[in-house]
Amino acid sequence: MSVLTVLAPGPLTTVQDLGRPGLAGIGVGRSGACDRASAALANRLVGNEPGAAVLEATLGGLVLRAEADLLVVTTGARCPGSAVHDAPGLLRAGTTLALGTPPAGLRTYLAVRGGVAVERVLGSRSTDLLAGLGPPALRAGDVLPVGPPTGAVPGIDVAPVPDPPGGEVTVRLLPGPRTDWLTAAAQDVLGSATWTVTAESNRVGLRLDGPRLERRVSDELPSEGLVRGALQVPPSGAPVLFLADAPVTGGYPVAGYVADDDVDRCGQLRPGQTLRLRR
Amino acid sequence: MRVLPSGSTALLVELTDLDEVLALYAALEEDRPPGVVDLVPAARTVLVVTDPAATTLDAVEAAVRRTAPRPGRRATAEQVEVPVVYDGEDLDDVAAHLGVDPGEVVRRHTGTEWTVAFSGFAPGFGYLTPADGAWDLPRRPSPRTRVPAGSIALAGGFTGVYPRESPGGWQLVGHTDLAVFDLSREPAALLRPGVRVRFVAVS
Repeated sequence: MSVLTVLAPGPLTTVQDLGRPGLAGIGVGRSGACDRASAALANRLVGNEPGAAVLEATLGGLVLRAEADLLVVTTGARCPGSAVHDAPGLLRAGTTLALGTPPAGLRTYLAVRGGVAVERVLGSRSTDLLAGLGPPALRAGDVLPVGPPTGAVPGIDVAPVPDPPGGEVTVRLLPGPRTDWLTAAAQDVLGSATWTVTAESNRVGLRLDGPRLERRVSDELPSEGLVRGALQVPPSGAPVLFLADAPVTGGYPVAGYVADDDVDRCGQLRPGQTLRLRR
Repeated sequence: MRVLPSGSTALLVELTDLDEVLALYAALEEDRPPGVVDLVPAARTVLVVTDPAATTLDAVEAAVRRTAPRPGRRATAEQVEVPVVYDGEDLDDVAAHLGVDPGEVVRRHTGTEWTVAFSGFAPGFGYLTPADGAWDLPRRPSPRTRVPAGSIALAGGFTGVYPRESPGGWQLVGHTDLAVFDLSREPAALLRPGVRVRFVAVS
């Protein structure tokens, strides 16, 4: 079996696929790639099935060595050092691919033809950092099996997709189940303020800094189900925008949702970047 | 029934109590509307998660409103026996709160049948409701940073078994050696919605 050897994992690299939908009944969330569109593009460009597993590198730093000739591609945050970004190419046996730190964007997806073939856990190869499920984050010295090719390579030289932007990002804001638990003024603020992504953000969610959101209803909320994109308002008044490793349920009101298609772009936001939510 | 918005892929169905939740959940689980990829039952709500490529929220809302709840129906007929050593740190506090002695807490906890209503908090953590008895206990004033795996705990009318070591604010009454979540077993989670549970005191 052809393999990839991890020489350095960078700040955080995990294996991700489409996640574990359908298991909320036993308290298991979906997980999967934070930026699903970029992960899907990476798989398409090397002729993989949509469910194949890719590597999700956070702020670059990943160094891999091919132990056989492998067709690879990177998508998402563009890292210096990747000659195969949005443009699949052969990584020859014995050669390395070293991702530098991307100037913009946060997460880079590396797909290899055949997919990363680590063991599945509950039907998925995704690492869920909140639930503690799936393979551990990559470490130097890990040897990653690569599966057999499954589909035809589309023969695309370069995919014409924009890189994740470095400045302010605007996404669509939709109603949440507890929008009316905020005061009318706070509902306006949610959709008009400039929110700053803080350093306490991760695959579970983005902690946003901005004006404090005042609640109209201060009752205790029995925990209820949520999915990625949920904007939860804890007692501190600083909202959390949930991403791939969102919990299955939450005990604080969800005052809005980012449209699902736009959550991928939120998964590329770095600490310090600003976000606007537009109705 | 109130159907509340939850973004572009889900709907939150709000009901008046847990019995209504379980009746609707059982009906939806038995006959899932097309395009529904997950159902998340909770204390008063069922989150209906859809695949937007396969359906629309309007179609799913209409299907949910047409669904006849199935009271008394369970998602499974399975029964599980959980052996418990009743040596929890909060057993005396629980007894004091209920106005009984610790032995009576054990008699009541083992004397009633519990049903897994829903899951959450961690993989394999089930919220169990009693067939009878009042168990409305508060959480600990400050949560413990480490609750051992297998701890049997009570709070807010529910009992639960911690699948692994984690922080937790529930009242601890005992522990079990039974692994309620084990990835090497099929199914991994013993305490799935609908499963009936008996706690048995062992020493």
